[in-house]
Amino acid sequence: MRILNCPLNGERNIAEFSYGGEFHRMPEPSNCESASWAEYVFFHDNEAGIVTEWWYHNATSYWFLAERNTITDEIIRTFPASDIFSDRVDFGDDTGSGTK
Amino acid sequence: MPFGLLKYGLTKTYPAKHHFTQAATELKKRYDVVIIGAGGHGTSIAYYLAKYHGVTNVAVLDKGYLGGGGTTRNTAVIRSNYLTEEGVTFYRESVKLFQDMSNEFGFNIMMENRGQLTLAHNDATIRSFRWRAEVNQHLGVRSELVDRKTIKELVPNLNMSEDVRYPIVAGLWHADGATARHDAVAWGYARGACERGVELHQLTEVQDIEVTGGSVTAVTTNRGHVECGCVVQAVAGHSSLVGIKAGIRLPIHSYPLQAMVTQAYKPLLTPHVSSPQFHVYLHQTSRGEFVIGGGSDPYPLYSTRATLEQRESLAAASLELFPFLSQVRVMRQWAGTTDMTPDYSPVMGLSPVENYYLDAGWGTWGFKATPICGKTMAELVATGRVPEIIQPFELERFYRFEQINEAGATAASH
Repeated sequence: MRILNCPLNGERNIAEFSYGGEFHRMPEPSNCESASWAEYVFFHDNEAGIVTEWWYHNATSYWFLAERNTITDEIIRTFPASDIFSDRVDFGDDTGSGTK
Repeated sequence: MPFGLLKYGLTKTYPAKHHFTQAATELKKRYDVVIIGAGGHGTSIAYYLAKYHGVTNVAVLDKGYLGGGGTTRNTAVIRSNYLTEEGVTFYRESVKLFQDMSNEFGFNIMMENRGQLTLAHNDATIRSFRWRAEVNQHLGVRSELVDRKTIKELVPNLNMSEDVRYPIVAGLWHADGATARHDAVAWGYARGACERGVELHQLTEVQDIEVTGGSVTAVTTNRGHVECGCVVQAVAGHSSLVGIKAGIRLPIHSYPLQAMVTQAYKPLLTPHVSSPQFHVYLHQTSRGEFVIGGGSDPYPLYSTRATLEQRESLAAASLELFPFLSQVRVMRQWAGTTDMTPDYSPVMGLSPVENYYLDAGWGTWGFKATPICGKTMAELVATGRVPEIIQPFELERFYRFEQINEAGATAASH
């Protein structure tokens, strides 16, 4: 059993988590080229070595980031997304959000 | 020494011909075609290039040994009961080429047409099976929805009890399903290619790929610098790592996929049996071992380690389907690296670099595609035209948001 140290819940069995993909900065959706959006969505670095990636704790719906070695399967460290994202995203007024 | 042996030793037929003709020792300065990866795909591309197109100034390079990657780590399933028109057409042609392969090679690949039975444990799966059967039949592939009575006849040992967690409600019977000896496929292609003048260089790692003016001109290996007319990359499991050397980023994540094999037992299971619900598929080899495979691991990794979690999952699923397996012993468990694409279809054909051809993204569907892949990629390399049957799989599809959603792939149902 592998243990993953969740920034919110502490050390838990890795089976409680879902892998959420590589960490990349999202291009600005309103004005980016369709090619760079395609690359952001579909393409990956898929590196052999230490990578930064999203993980999700299923039971608590908590997203966070982890540094992991994709050759040795060692989890180097985990940290909350707030370490990287400090500003709130401004989606403007025309997002058409259904939840008000 | 018996006289008969002495007599044989003095004849012209001694020593017997080696499987491979004299292996090339030194790398040449230049090849028309450099193929990276000496698995089934790399060697089949070389074979068809030499046989159909007369292109023989070809080097197949591998950092390891012949057929040491995905080619011999898969569970050797050959089938064409996919879901998309593009996928079914492609794999159908591949299954046809497998049928005549032993004759073509003069070498037994132990092809066995055992059929494949996929199990449905709920109504949603029956609906998808009906869809798959219709698509398959329309395209000339033998698939049909079968009821519990037929399943009992096809696989008498299957646990048909309704007093289990997921009772079997129906099945998809694919009479074209088959198995073959996967390493023999690579050996056969490699021998046929080498006999026609292709050079196989094992323990030759491509460390760098030279691109000049948007076109590939040479590769650097641990054994020296090699100029080339073009490069084909056929390195399932390491597609991203090789592609990026040519500056090509791919829509691939590499996951381990684990399988295991038991000791040999008396023959009691003829078809290949698969259950998407249980994430398990198994068949009994002609030697008697049960080969049991599952879905890809839950997260990407470049290690082929085996885990207890996966062994437990495969064992639990196998035991519900075939309770008598509780008596068998697991001999080996291993993993191969599967290059998973977002739409469960391969990435084949042209690349952003001129004269650099991709044969990548082979996820869980690479072995069964080996012959058609070699045939079509060889045609592309020799003529410069992308054969119609592989056009849907080009890398460019992701930029057009035109993925081929292959929900009939092994991992897609998981």
